[in-house]
Amino acid sequence: MSEQPIIVSASPHVHSDRTSKKLMYDVIIALIPAFLVSVYVFGVSALIVTSVAIISCLLFEYGIQKYLFKTAVTITDGSALLTGILLAFNLPSNLPIWMVIVGSLVAIGIAKLSFGGLGFNIFNPALVGRVFLLVSFPVQMTMWPTAIVNNTNIVDAVTGATSLGVIKEGLLFGKTMTEIGAQLPNTTNMLLGFTGGSIGEISALALLLGGLYLLYKKVISWHIPVTVLATMAVMTGIFWFIDPEHYASPVIHILSGGAILGAFYMATDLVTSPMTKKGMVIFAIGIGAITVIIRLFGAYPEGISFAILIMNAFVPLINTYFKPKRFGAKIKAKIV
Amino acid sequence: MLKTFPKGGVHPPENKITSSKSIKRMTVPKVVYVPISQHIGIPAEIIVNVKDTVEIGQVIAKSGGFVSSNVHSPVAGTVTKLDLIIDTSGYKKQCIIIRTDPKNEANFQEVDYPLIKDITLEPKAILQKINDYGIVGLGGATFPSHVKLSVKEGTVLDHLIINGVECEPYLTADHRLMLEKAEEIIVGIEILMHALHINKAVIGIENNKKDAIDIFKKLTQNNEKIKVAALQVKYPQGGEKQLVRAILNREVPKNGLPLDVGVIVHNVGTIFAIYQAIQHNIPLTERVVTVTGKKLENPANYWVKIGTPITDLVNEVGGLPEGTRKIVNGGPMMGKAIKNTDVPVTKGTSGILVINEDEASRGEPKNCIRCGECVFVCPMGLEPHLLMNLSEKGMYEKASAEDIMTCIECGSCSYVCPSHRPLLDYIRFGKQIVKKLNTAKN
Repeated sequence: MSEQPIIVSASPHVHSDRTSKKLMYDVIIALIPAFLVSVYVFGVSALIVTSVAIISCLLFEYGIQKYLFKTAVTITDGSALLTGILLAFNLPSNLPIWMVIVGSLVAIGIAKLSFGGLGFNIFNPALVGRVFLLVSFPVQMTMWPTAIVNNTNIVDAVTGATSLGVIKEGLLFGKTMTEIGAQLPNTTNMLLGFTGGSIGEISALALLLGGLYLLYKKVISWHIPVTVLATMAVMTGIFWFIDPEHYASPVIHILSGGAILGAFYMATDLVTSPMTKKGMVIFAIGIGAITVIIRLFGAYPEGISFAILIMNAFVPLINTYFKPKRFGAKIKAKIV
Repeated sequence: MLKTFPKGGVHPPENKITSSKSIKRMTVPKVVYVPISQHIGIPAEIIVNVKDTVEIGQVIAKSGGFVSSNVHSPVAGTVTKLDLIIDTSGYKKQCIIIRTDPKNEANFQEVDYPLIKDITLEPKAILQKINDYGIVGLGGATFPSHVKLSVKEGTVLDHLIINGVECEPYLTADHRLMLEKAEEIIVGIEILMHALHINKAVIGIENNKKDAIDIFKKLTQNNEKIKVAALQVKYPQGGEKQLVRAILNREVPKNGLPLDVGVIVHNVGTIFAIYQAIQHNIPLTERVVTVTGKKLENPANYWVKIGTPITDLVNEVGGLPEGTRKIVNGGPMMGKAIKNTDVPVTKGTSGILVINEDEASRGEPKNCIRCGECVFVCPMGLEPHLLMNLSEKGMYEKASAEDIMTCIECGSCSYVCPSHRPLLDYIRFGKQIVKKLNTAKN
């Protein structure tokens, strides 16, 4: 007999090698291409903002858990790290550092830990951090360094609005889409990331690449990202079809304003999304629809952050009303 | 497209390391420990006394009621003791201890029984014989077979399904039996079809046993009544309800039985035992057991007499390897961990699995991250995370309303949980309490 005792525990006696930590790190791996693009486009400032967000998220989690709550410290599980990255990805690269730190405090301290930590938060922590900054410091949060494409030097000295911001402003001043179109980057640049925006949202292609990795690794299922984007495409498509002079095309809507970042990485956050496929589809339709409504009729040019947070609040309700179909439920059982 | 059940399921590493090892005969043990309760239901009643001489196949404990089963002596020898012995359940159970007579040749004879194809018995006599000869479900549930076959008059039955799925990782007992006793199994199927007046039978086999599928396809080539269904490899396809759904696309109602949709399901091992009983008058006193584990010297499949201590089996394959941390009676997904090997093989023992350090320890449970993976894999369409919470908080009424009782305890939820939460442990606990509450109510 071996020196160590025989374990007697209930079945199952084997476990798949899937762990929460691996899931978190898979998402982080998936975000690497988008991060590289942003460093290329925005330079060292993107690196600084991201590092500050990560470090402050980790430190806030450590500090609050160790000294305030006096509970076990969980900074190695990858979730605070991921929150830091996602928060940074939703911020302009020229945001003052102290604002990044405030955003991290709100994300970790208020949105995550005050609800009970990983798994208990209702709202996506990174988005709460971002929206807090957006409503508190609207000016700094909506001035992005713009990549100058035609110039060989990509500098971050010029600041401006994102494509969606340009469109919103243009339409407000009574311009038509044809006139505005000249001010917008072309589709290739939007795919590659040579456009204004938050650190992580600029390159649709890099984000899609990571999204495919997540789908391949089965960290996320297709339901949420595909439904969000499809809902947005259909809704914006209808308006664009009716009046192309006053509504942007679905391609512009999907490739800008963090739609892909939101659909693949923020809406799919395991903790704050529904737990059945049916529920996921409902949740995603809600996000797509609210995003489009905010973008077309709201005050903000972008809306996916708000849309995700609003739908986060509905998740418990969705989980209660959209249950999986029970096996054998459609037929009444004979009494045996 | 291979057939399978549509909802849930997992695919753990198959690890069928003994699938190419033909079934060897296990050395007859010097002493056998025969529990009187090897089946679901009322324990059998002991009808022998200490110092009695018994023959192979003699009834030593009589069926204690309708849902019960006879127990026969696996060896010729002398009853030395009637005692309480810890069995695979972990509890002490009444056992008949018999010392094998080393001089009695019947103990060591290896008879190759000829294949008898003609079925001479009447349906009633067949069912009676299945009852008399102590046949129980050999897939693991050990439900007395005659009870399953006692169909109320007026019940419409049209299909017999033979469960050759063996979806548990590691186990190969049914696989080997199908390869080595295919013709006997076909006759066994015909016996049951005759007894139940059923005209259609389907043998369900997962596609990781292509050789078995081929053999049965060949044997049933010109057979209008018996068909083979090759199934996609997915756990828990061996569950009755999943298997009926996969093969016939019929959904057994909640809290119902396959009978409710006109189907009876039997395991291939049971079919072979029925063949032996009806055609050769051999009661159920031995079965195929897979003794397996990655670190074992010679993992193999054995014909083992009921009552053989598991210690003997483990010694036969080279002893417990260093670093053994878990011994499982059955497969890794639904088997029961046992404390030591001083436990006898019973009618329900399909395998002995020896697990070492790296597979044995469970991960530390972490917070639920609400990923929904347990919901996606549950083959019964339940929400394991919710059922666990309700059980943990003592909200049994709500758990009952959320269909906790329909859980088949396949363990898919605990298997996939990335936070290592003990989902099935709490669900089992909740089920027990809900069951008690329901009994109290009635």
